Amino acid sequence: MSLSFLDTISRWTIPFLLLVVPLVGFLRKVPVYEAFVEGAEEGFTTAVKIIPFLVGMMVAISVFRASGAMEALSHAVEPLTSRVGIPSEVLPLAIMRPLSGSGVLGMATELMKTHGPDSLIGRLASVMQGTTDTTFFVLTVYFGSVGIKKYRYSIVTGLTADITGFIASVYICNLIFR
Amino acid sequence: MLNIIWLLLLASGIIVAAVNGNIEVVTQAALSSARGAVKVCFDLIGIMALWLGIMKIAEKAGMIQGLARLMKPLIRRLFPTIPPDHPAMGAVILNLSANMLGLGNAATPFGMKAMQELQQLNKKSDEASEAMCTFLALNTSCITLVPATIIGVRVSFASANPTEIVGPCIFATAIAMTIAITLDYWFRRYSPWRRIP
Repeated sequence: MSLSFLDTISRWTIPFLLLVVPLVGFLRKVPVYEAFVEGAEEGFTTAVKIIPFLVGMMVAISVFRASGAMEALSHAVEPLTSRVGIPSEVLPLAIMRPLSGSGVLGMATELMKTHGPDSLIGRLASVMQGTTDTTFFVLTVYFGSVGIKKYRYSIVTGLTADITGFIASVYICNLIFR
Repeated sequence: MLNIIWLLLLASGIIVAAVNGNIEVVTQAALSSARGAVKVCFDLIGIMALWLGIMKIAEKAGMIQGLARLMKPLIRRLFPTIPPDHPAMGAVILNLSANMLGLGNAATPFGMKAMQELQQLNKKSDEASEAMCTFLALNTSCITLVPATIIGVRVSFASANPTEIVGPCIFATAIAMTIAITLDYWFRRYSPWRRIP
């Protein structure tokens, strides 16, 4: 019941915002259309500004993945991770998760196709997908859009959160789905 | 840090491809992903324009500042360097809310708007400020209450209970988020990267 409630919120948010914001703006005497265009122009320049950052990141990630380096890495850490209850099938997913959103969704879909969505691997892939974020994508795009070059400690924080989320996903899935 | 990671990804990829004897994969991957990156940005343009347009109306109507004021008690603790009713806080809240509801399309424009506002308060324009690091720590570890995409995938493979993963997701993100906030706090206060005022 609570979930369908959340789902309803999620479906109504955008239409709600699209109605209420211009309406309130109009009532508060904002020239709504002109303000919209002014903001939209900023959106355009921001999207164009992030192109170089995205190209740099996506090229490196794609070379890393296509060359088989990612597979080699997951093979290398497998003996270690299998001991703590991490199925080797989900390792590439964990490695790719901070790097690429679309790549990982493809991998999770593949895992569910092969093992079924209600297998431990399928469930684990789902939980990992819903838990961690594409940290590198977010950092590159967000910092890039305002011209920040020194990220300071934010990469460490983001990656630690991803690893924590991954370990927590494995733990909880082993606990309730096994 | 990012320089090293970037180089490692690229170099290890090329070396592995060379060892495996399929070096042509590198060329193909590099060229097609470069084109792909621009395509992603072009897809973003429309969405960015839409949401930042709506946000400009909300800003001019004072709604963003109002939202920030509403969340003041929480915000003040997490972002001590930002004035509580600054528009940056409104954008941060919108971004995090969109993330939680699984509205990825709306989250990115709000997030970039937040970064732009935070940048105006940043004293060193090429270096991330404390507030930016906290914001990104929250953003990347943020809980998703409705992981819509993955539920959709589970439905398409005929899962008996497609939404059963929501509870575990909330559990795992809650832990990840706690760690992220704690770590960020520690870095801000005690690490060698902290800014000495």
